[in-house]
Amino acid sequence: MGPLQRVINELGGYSGEPIKIMEVCGTHTASIFKNGIRSMISPKISLISGPGCPVCVTPASYTDRLVEYALKEGHCVLTFGDMMKVTGSGLSLTEAKAHGGRAVMLYSPLAAIKMASGEPDTQFVFAAVGFETTAPVYALLIEEIIKNDIKNLKLLTSIKKIIPAVEYICENEAGIDAFLCPGHASVITGCGVYRQLADKYRKPFVVGGFDGEHILSALYEIVSQLQSGRFEMKNMYPSVVSEDGNTKAALLINKYFETSDDYWRGIGKIKASGLRLRQPYAGYDAGSAFSCNEERLPQGCRCADVILGRISPADCGLFKTVCTPFAAVGPCMVSAEGACGIWYKNSI
Amino acid sequence: MAVPGRVVKLCGNTAVVNIMNNTCEVNISLVTPKVGDYVLVHAGCVLEVLKKDAAEELMWLFEELKEAADGTPSTRDK
Ligand code: SF4
Repeated sequence: MGPLQRVINELGGYSGEPIKIMEVCGTHTASIFKNGIRSMISPKISLISGPGCPVCVTPASYTDRLVEYALKEGHCVLTFGDMMKVTGSGLSLTEAKAHGGRAVMLYSPLAAIKMASGEPDTQFVFAAVGFETTAPVYALLIEEIIKNDIKNLKLLTSIKKIIPAVEYICENEAGIDAFLCPGHASVITGCGVYRQLADKYRKPFVVGGFDGEHILSALYEIVSQLQSGRFEMKNMYPSVVSEDGNTKAALLINKYFETSDDYWRGIGKIKASGLRLRQPYAGYDAGSAFSCNEERLPQGCRCADVILGRISPADCGLFKTVCTPFAAVGPCMVSAEGACGIWYKNSI
Repeated sequence: MAVPGRVVKLCGNTAVVNIMNNTCEVNISLVTPKVGDYVLVHAGCVLEVLKKDAAEELMWLFEELKEAADGTPSTRDK
C-alpha cells in the first residue's frame, strides 16, 4: 500500500474522540472541497473555516468609504476583483459604478502607478485590503509612488495580520483542537511564529500546502499529534515556507507600516491585528483611520459565526435560500475565499 | 491567492514567469530568482522562490509521515 493510501485509510478509519480542526485560510477551504477531502476522512474529524478571507473581515464602513470615493467627482477607486461586489451598509463598488461612480479592477497594485501617471487630474485611491501575503506588495507600491513622485495615488488601508486573529480565536472560542495554518501568509511571516501559539495553547499548529496530498498529510500529522498527546508546530509546506519567512518582505512592510489595533467585520476590535501607514507616510493615506469603527453585518447574516468556526455556512438560515452568490447577503458569500461562497459552489 | 510559476526571463526588477502556460511580467523586488526557478506569485509580485518542486516535496512529506507512524527514523537528510 502506498503512503498516500495509508494516510487516507488512517484518516478514514479514525474512531477516537471527535476532532475539530480549523483551516484558517479560504484557499484551504476551496481545496478541501475540490479534492473531496471530507469524503475521505472519518466523520469524527470536522473541518471548519477560519478568519482567513480578507474581504469577509473588512469592516462595512471601509467599503462605504470606498464607495464614497468611487462616487466623488474626479476620483477613481482601484481594487482587486473581490472587493467590487461586497456591500458595506449601502452600495457595493459595482453598484456605485452603475450610479456613475468609477472603480477599476487591477491584477496587481503596482499597475496603479501606470494608471495614476496616465491621468494626473484624477485622484486614485487603492483599496489596500489583505493579509501579510499582500502587505509587502502594498509596501512596494508606496515605494514606487515615492520613487516616481506620484501625487494622485493614495491607499485606503484595511490590512490585517492573521496571527493575532488566530490568537483571538484560541482565547475566545472553545472546542477547536488544532489549526491548519495558512500556507501563503506563512511565506511572509515564517512558520516559527506558530511555535509559540502551539506551546501557549497546547494545540497542534500545522502549516500545510494546497494540493490534496498536502492537506491530507497535514491532517494526518494533526491527528497523529492529538492521538499521542503532542502539540507542536510542524511545517508541512517547506518548499515555500521557512522558519523566519521572507525577511526582505518583512523589513519592507516594517519600513512603511506599523502595527495597530484593528476592526474585523463581525468580530470587532482585535488588538495589534492591523497594519497602518507610519506617520512619515501618512500623506499617502486616504483616511483609513476614519473607516474602521464598527462591524455591522446584514440582518440574519452569520458570517461572524462562520469566521470564528462556530458554525458551518450550511447552518446559517439564509444559506442557499435568501443568500446566494447572485444575491449575496454577507461578505462570506461574495469573496472567492469566503467560506459561504465556497460551500455554495460545491453544494449545487 | 498565490500561484506557482517558472521564471523564463529576468529583466531588472521584473521577471517573465510562466504560470500555467500563460506568461506574465511580475515584480521580483522581494526575492532574487534565477531563470528556471519555480516561484510563488501573488498580486503581480514574486513572494518566494520554491526550494523544492512539488513532487519532491510530496515525497518528503510522506517520508516524514512514515517516520512518525513507524517510529523509524528516516535516512534522508532533513
Ligand atoms: S450564508 Fe450568507 S447570510 Fe449566511 S453567513 Fe453566509 S454570507 Fe452571511
